Amino acid sequence: MSELTFEDVTVRYGSGRRALTAVDGVHLTVPSGAVVGLVGESGSGKSTLARAAVGLTPVAAGRILLDGRPLPRGGRRPLQMVFQDPYSSLDPRMTIGSSIAEAIPRGAAPGAAGRRDEVARLLELVDLPADRAGCHPAELSGGQRQRVALARALAGRPDVVIADEITSALDVSIQGTVLNLVRDLHRDLRLSMLFITHDLAVVRYVSDYIAVMYLGRIVEYGPAESVLADPRHPYTRELLAAARRPGGGGPQVADTVPAQVADAEPADPHHPPTGCRFHPRCPAGPLVHPDRTVCRDTAPTGDGRPHRAACHFVNSAADPAAA
Amino acid sequence: MTSRARWAGVLRTPVGAAAAVLLGGVMLLAVLAPLLWGGRADEVDTAHILAPASAEHWAGTDNLGRDIFFRVLVATRTSVQLALLATALGVAVGLLLGTLPLLLGPRLGRLVTAAVNIAVAFPGLLLALSFAVIFGAGASGAVPAIGLAIAPAFARLTQTLAATVAGRDFVAAARIAGVGRVRVLLRHVLPNIAEPLLVNATMAAGGSLLAFAGLSFLGLGVQAPDFDWGRLLGEGLNGIYLNPAAALVPGVAVVLAGLAFNLVGEAAAKAVGPRTATATVRNRATDSAPPTPTPPAAAPVWLQQTGQQAAQADALLVVEDLKVSFGTVTPVRGVGFTLRRGEAVGIVGESGSGKSLTALAVAQLIEQPGRVEARRLEFGGDDLLRTPPRARRRLLGTSLAMVFQDPMTSFNPVQRVGRQLAEVAEQHLGHRRGPALARAVDRLRAVRIPGAARRARQFPHEFSGGMRQRAMIGMGLMGEPELIIADEPTTALDVTVQRQVLALLADVRAADDVAVLLISHDLGVVEQVCDRVLVMYAGRIVEDLPVERLRDGARHPYTRALLGAVPDLSTDRDQPLVVIPGRPADPAAPPPGCAFAPRCPLADDHCARVDPALIEDGSGGRVACWHADRPEPALYAATEGEGR
Repeated sequence: MSELTFEDVTVRYGSGRRALTAVDGVHLTVPSGAVVGLVGESGSGKSTLARAAVGLTPVAAGRILLDGRPLPRGGRRPLQMVFQDPYSSLDPRMTIGSSIAEAIPRGAAPGAAGRRDEVARLLELVDLPADRAGCHPAELSGGQRQRVALARALAGRPDVVIADEITSALDVSIQGTVLNLVRDLHRDLRLSMLFITHDLAVVRYVSDYIAVMYLGRIVEYGPAESVLADPRHPYTRELLAAARRPGGGGPQVADTVPAQVADAEPADPHHPPTGCRFHPRCPAGPLVHPDRTVCRDTAPTGDGRPHRAACHFVNSAADPAAA
Repeated sequence: MTSRARWAGVLRTPVGAAAAVLLGGVMLLAVLAPLLWGGRADEVDTAHILAPASAEHWAGTDNLGRDIFFRVLVATRTSVQLALLATALGVAVGLLLGTLPLLLGPRLGRLVTAAVNIAVAFPGLLLALSFAVIFGAGASGAVPAIGLAIAPAFARLTQTLAATVAGRDFVAAARIAGVGRVRVLLRHVLPNIAEPLLVNATMAAGGSLLAFAGLSFLGLGVQAPDFDWGRLLGEGLNGIYLNPAAALVPGVAVVLAGLAFNLVGEAAAKAVGPRTATATVRNRATDSAPPTPTPPAAAPVWLQQTGQQAAQADALLVVEDLKVSFGTVTPVRGVGFTLRRGEAVGIVGESGSGKSLTALAVAQLIEQPGRVEARRLEFGGDDLLRTPPRARRRLLGTSLAMVFQDPMTSFNPVQRVGRQLAEVAEQHLGHRRGPALARAVDRLRAVRIPGAARRARQFPHEFSGGMRQRAMIGMGLMGEPELIIADEPTTALDVTVQRQVLALLADVRAADDVAVLLISHDLGVVEQVCDRVLVMYAGRIVEDLPVERLRDGARHPYTRALLGAVPDLSTDRDQPLVVIPGRPADPAAPPPGCAFAPRCPLADDHCARVDPALIEDGSGGRVACWHADRPEPALYAATEGEGR
């Protein structure tokens, strides 16, 4: 039951001329007991944000708060993370039981028997038989490993779990089991979760809120249904258009996008565009509407509404001119 | 257990056996020789001073009449002991220095790393010599000298290995779980780097044995009355013209002992070394593949996986009963399909289903030790199985284009993109340099790369991922392709860029009537581009159907399960996703019956025994299932009824 808040968080890699601002002044709230889906392309900074939250990457500016207080250093870790690749996130030389036991906080399950019971409980929580505790990761399939990784994250009794692309390294037939498990855990344990993915269909399936990230900034945030049904930011609309559409057969791609936008290049994160970072490929920006110079000069900010988009032309962007 | 088997295997190789015998002998001598012959080695015999080799004294005697051969045997203990001591010291210091950066954190760690890097730059023997001078001549000086000379290289190795392991996710996960640095080092890092370090320490022991002999030879090591091989060698060298054996025997001893350590290191490296893919395949094949008895019913099944109608007039690619095997593993087990001119066909399946291998086999890109067999493999009317390699290369070079998943690795990083495209025209079309480059620029323009002429002069790393993929398609268009094989062309790309690349593929296809064979794990991608979908499972096609029928007309339970397992933007959020129980079939041990049977809700005994054939259904589709069309709920109802 905890609320995770990112306050104006900035993360930089490197220094001097080669510095890269991976996360740029991000405000984001993961409400208590809710799943927030964070979507964006590779290089948008979503994984960096996750690593900053769990302390793997130092924060250059801003604060990360849990229930209004800074994260504790040392002791119990209220934030746990599940990684993308289950083949690299489990120590190949340790049994999965000891991998999970390692993450149980000191004092939570005293004694060898207590730990064993706790491991068994956690394994059952992720639908794995308790007698698999003696297995090594090599004996498990990718989906099973990912479930072990989830169990390890839960062992720390976290207030918030961060899941970083946890299904993208899995085969399609196995993704479903992991997504079902995430939903069940969320429902049963009322976990707060930051669920990072590049797949809108996946995010829609598990999330209560959706945040869309582009080049280090959150461009849209709102309740999942609202963002998907009524996307306000042109980038969100582009992502939605690219996502799977039910029953969509035949070549129907790129039918509604102006040519100059269709061929626009993704921006270089080392030299981010001025103003609105999306303007060089935006169908509502100066590329299509030469008079909209404000996009080039000023970075838009979202207002305080529950469903907000960082775009100068939130209201007019949906007009037919964009199509 | 597998690692024990590996060690046993190495012992059976000539190097492993020789190493074991040599090292065993040296160690035995080190223990026993002083006990057995200690007295004879020190026995002064003034009557036979500096005697040459004889039947009584095999290597002659020294200036006090002591038997040199026995002295060499007895010296084994001192030599080996001192070498091991020095190695232990070096390894300990090296381990400490190598792991310090992990323990100290980034800032102090960088200082340690820099210090080690500087120490590595000094030649080891020079370091040992100067240390020997500082610590004073004698064994107690030489041991730290050689130990410290070994340390920097070992520290560097430890650092590199530890940094690799420390960068992996499981270490990050342990840190997030609150595990301290020392525990991370002891529990996660060291066990994962122990094997290569051990191998290196063994090699270092051989090296320090030689170094010690060198120092003693120079008079900086063991001092009289003690003796080791180096000292004996030095003494023997004085009289080498009178009694060559006095110098040769200790020399041979040094060589043999050094060889023993190095060979053991070598053999150990082989045992723990890179577990290559082929090795794994072989292991799995030998370990886990029981000889699968092929039921007689299965043979005609393969025969039936043919191209739809072999006699189709506009068939561009005809594949019949294609098999790809690596040793005893056959990941593609009899695939048959026909591709018409201008048709776009998608192959979907999970990893390990054989979809990529099928594509590579069609493009004749399967390398040794892979083997491709097929009853028929025809491309544009030419029989690829019987065309001579030269003509085949030319045919495939001009009429077939291949687009791979990772465009970064499919371009040569040090050659300009335009040059690489032009090369195709020079090689296969006989264009000269100028026109070839002009065509390259034209093709780059055709794949909608802005500023094509400027871009052609750039290197692949200056292109973004999507643009590289477009350039790759452009390279395919250098000839006049009739077929583009795209193997997961958009998997490495972002969704918005993916759309651009797929649109380009669709455009190219429409413009030149090019057929497309698109391999993907993503049904959505296939739906966007293709007319027809082949669903592969465990090396076989299980269903072949028009793309319009995919969503509501799929007949194979696997196809239906795949569709339900992947959420789309209309999936009911309140319902759990379809789950396919079990895990994908192991290509090394395909089940005798239908490969999907162990995971299939419809499977019965018949499915487990007999593999279903891929049968045409009369409406342009094919399906390989004994229970095609039977909906899952109906089945459950039926079994309930039978139960009652």
